[in-house]
Amino acid sequence: MKYLNEYRDPKLARQFADEIKRITTRPHVLMEVCGGQTHAIVKFGIDELLPQEIELVHGPGCPVCVTPLELIDKAIHIASRPGVIFTSFGDMLRVPGSSQDLFSVKAQGGDIRIVYSPLDAVKIAKENPDKQVVFFAVGFETTAPANAMAVYKCKQENITNFSILVSHVLVPPAMEAILSSPSNRVQGFLAAGHVCTIMGYTEYYPLTEKYKVPIVVTGFEPLDILQGVYMCVKQLEEGRHEVENQYARSVTREGNTYAIDMIRNVFEIVERKWRGVGAIPQSGFRLTSAYAQFDAEHKFELAAIQTEESTDCISGQILQGLKKPFECPAFGSKCNPEHPLGATMVSSEGACAAYYRYRNYQKERVPA
Amino acid sequence: MNTQVKDNVTFSCPVPIQEYPHVLLAHGSGGKLMHKLIDSMFVKTFSGQTLDDCHDAAVRSFGAGNLAFTTDSYVVSPLIFPGGDIGRLAVNGTVNDLAMAGAKPLFLSVSFILEEGLSMQTLWQITRSIKDAADYAGVEIITGDTKVVDKGKGDGMFITTAGIGAVDPGVTISPRRITTGCDIIVSGDLACHGMAVMAVREGLEFESAIESDTAPLSEIVQDLLAAKVNIRCLRDLTRGGLSSALNELASSAGCSFQIDESLIPVREDVASACEMLGLDPLYVANEGRFVAIIDPADTKRCLQIMQQHKAGRMARRIGQTTQEPKGLVTLQSHIGAKRILDMLSGEQLPRIC
Repeated sequence: MKYLNEYRDPKLARQFADEIKRITTRPHVLMEVCGGQTHAIVKFGIDELLPQEIELVHGPGCPVCVTPLELIDKAIHIASRPGVIFTSFGDMLRVPGSSQDLFSVKAQGGDIRIVYSPLDAVKIAKENPDKQVVFFAVGFETTAPANAMAVYKCKQENITNFSILVSHVLVPPAMEAILSSPSNRVQGFLAAGHVCTIMGYTEYYPLTEKYKVPIVVTGFEPLDILQGVYMCVKQLEEGRHEVENQYARSVTREGNTYAIDMIRNVFEIVERKWRGVGAIPQSGFRLTSAYAQFDAEHKFELAAIQTEESTDCISGQILQGLKKPFECPAFGSKCNPEHPLGATMVSSEGACAAYYRYRNYQKERVPA
Repeated sequence: MNTQVKDNVTFSCPVPIQEYPHVLLAHGSGGKLMHKLIDSMFVKTFSGQTLDDCHDAAVRSFGAGNLAFTTDSYVVSPLIFPGGDIGRLAVNGTVNDLAMAGAKPLFLSVSFILEEGLSMQTLWQITRSIKDAADYAGVEIITGDTKVVDKGKGDGMFITTAGIGAVDPGVTISPRRITTGCDIIVSGDLACHGMAVMAVREGLEFESAIESDTAPLSEIVQDLLAAKVNIRCLRDLTRGGLSSALNELASSAGCSFQIDESLIPVREDVASACEMLGLDPLYVANEGRFVAIIDPADTKRCLQIMQQHKAGRMARRIGQTTQEPKGLVTLQSHIGAKRILDMLSGEQLPRIC
C-alpha cells in the first residue's frame, strides 16, 4: 500500500497554508465533522499552520464519544452475563459506564473480545453454538454496512446465537442540529470523507441551501485537510455555499450503492440519543422488524436500564463546537485518559484525548 | 484479643492503587497504568538504591568489577510467529536488558510454565530456538525450572529468564548521565515485531512479509563501548514502543527530548499495516531495537558502528535533548508543526473507523 507520505509532504503543506493565508480576509469558523480529522489536525499540528483568522472547531463525529452512557451500561450488563461472548471494536472497552468499563468486566471474568470486523464476531458465533455472541454495533454510516452485512449473513445462514447491540448514528442530522442551534458559530463544514465514501454527498445539498453554509467533503491526511480548509475558505470569501468534494479519490456523488442497499435492507431510521447532546430526531438506525431477532436489546430484555449523564463533563458542548477542551475546568486534572469523566477523553478520536495527548503542556500558552 | 485486632487494622497498609479493584490487561501494556502500578506497589515496597534507578538491569559492584542482573517473563500469543518465537524472545529480551546496562551477558536461567496439552513438537522447537539464540548471543544457560499447570491456566507456555552479565569498570550507563545537548539515536526501523505478531493473531495478510525484529543487541553495545563512544544512556524498545522508552528517559533525566518524525525509520509496508489498523508505529512493540543517548561529538562514529550490524543497519539520529519542557518528549510532525509525544495510558486500541 502506498499513498501515505504523498499526503504528508511538508513543502506542499506549507504551500497550501500560504495559499489559505493569501485568500483569507476575515475570520471564519470551520468545523471538521469527523473525529479522525480532529485527531489528524492535532497530531500533525495542522491548525498551527493556519492563519489566526481561521478557527477550527471539533465536531460530533467520534462514534465512541456520542454513544450514550445508557448503551455502555447495557453493554456491561450483557457482557457480565454467563454464557455470553461480547465482541467490540477496541475503542469501546475503555469507555466508562455509570460504575465501570468493559475492561473491568473482562478482568472479572467476562468473555469480552476485541474484533476488527463484525464478520469476525459472526465467525465466533459459528464456532461457539452454545454461547450467545453479541457485537457492539456503534458508529456512523461508515460502519453500518458491515454491521448490516453481519446480520444479513446470520439470517441467510440461520445463525441464531448472534445479535448486535445497536448504537448507530447519522452525520447529516447532527450537522443540522448544530446549524439550527441559536448558539451556533459554525460557518462552514469539512464533511467526513469516510461517511461520504459510503453515502455519497447528495444529503448535504438541502443543508447548504437552507443554512447557507459551504460543505466540503474532506479526507484525513494533512494535505486533504488543508485542501478542504482552502476550498471552504474560498467559498466563504467568495460568498458561495456549495457542496464540494475534496476527497474525490474515494468519494463519489452517489456513494457506494451496494452498501447503501444493504443498510436499507437491515436498518430503519429512528430518533437516537447522543451522549452529551441529547435526542436528535431521525438521527440513527435500528434493526427493522424483519431482523428484530438479532437485536440484543430484545434478546436480553434491557429496556429497564436507564442512565442519566453526569453534569460535570462539558463533552456535549465540545461535540457541538461550542467549547474547546481547555475551557473545561476538569481538563487534565480531574479528567484525564486514566480517569475520564466523559467519552471525549476516552476515545483516541475524542477532542479532549487528542488535546491531552498532543498538547497538554501548552495549556497555558494556547488561547482557549 | 481486641487490642490485637485493632493493632492489625492500624498497621495494615492500604492497597496503594485504589482506582482499580482488579488488575486489567492495561496494567501490563508498558504505558502509564503499568508504570503507576510498578511505582506505587513494587518500587515503593521493595525500595532500595539499585532498584529505585528502574534501569533495565541492576548493576552492583562485585569483587574488582561490576555485575549486572536482570529478569523478565515472556507471554506471547501465538508462541511461534514470523521471524521468531517465545524462546528466542526470552533469550534476546534478557540479553538486551543486560546490554542496556553496558554489560556483556554471561549466564541465563530459564524457567518454563507449561500448560497441560501443549504439543511436545512445539516445546521441542522452542527449546531448540532457545539454544540457538543463546549460542548466537554468546550466553550460557546454567540453570532452570519446569512446572506444568492445568489446561486453561496458561497460554501454552510462559517463560521466565534471568541473566547475569559483567560490566567493565568505568562504564556507567544510566538516565542520570543524560544532560541537555545529547543526541538521540534509534538503532533501527520500528514496529516490525508488534505488527508481525498482530498479523498472525488477527489473520491479516499484507503484501510483503513482516517479520519480528527480535535480535540480541549486546554485540552492538560492546562494539560501541570498545570504540569509546560516550554513551550516556541506553534503553531497549519493547512494549509501549519508542514513545514509552523516550518518555521514561525524559522523565528520569528531567530534561526534554525533541525528535523529528521525518527522521524516524519505519518501513513503508509496516507503516501501511499500522495505518490500516489505526495504530501509531511509535507505540508498537519492538524486540531488537534500542535508543542511545550519546555525546553529539560521537554521533557519526556511533551510527557507523551500529550500521555494521544487521540489527543496526537502519540506525538514525532522530533528535536531541534540550532543557524545556522538562520531562516531556516533543515531536516535530511530518508537516513541520510541533506536538507532544505522550506515553499511552494503557494498550493502543484499534480505532473504530
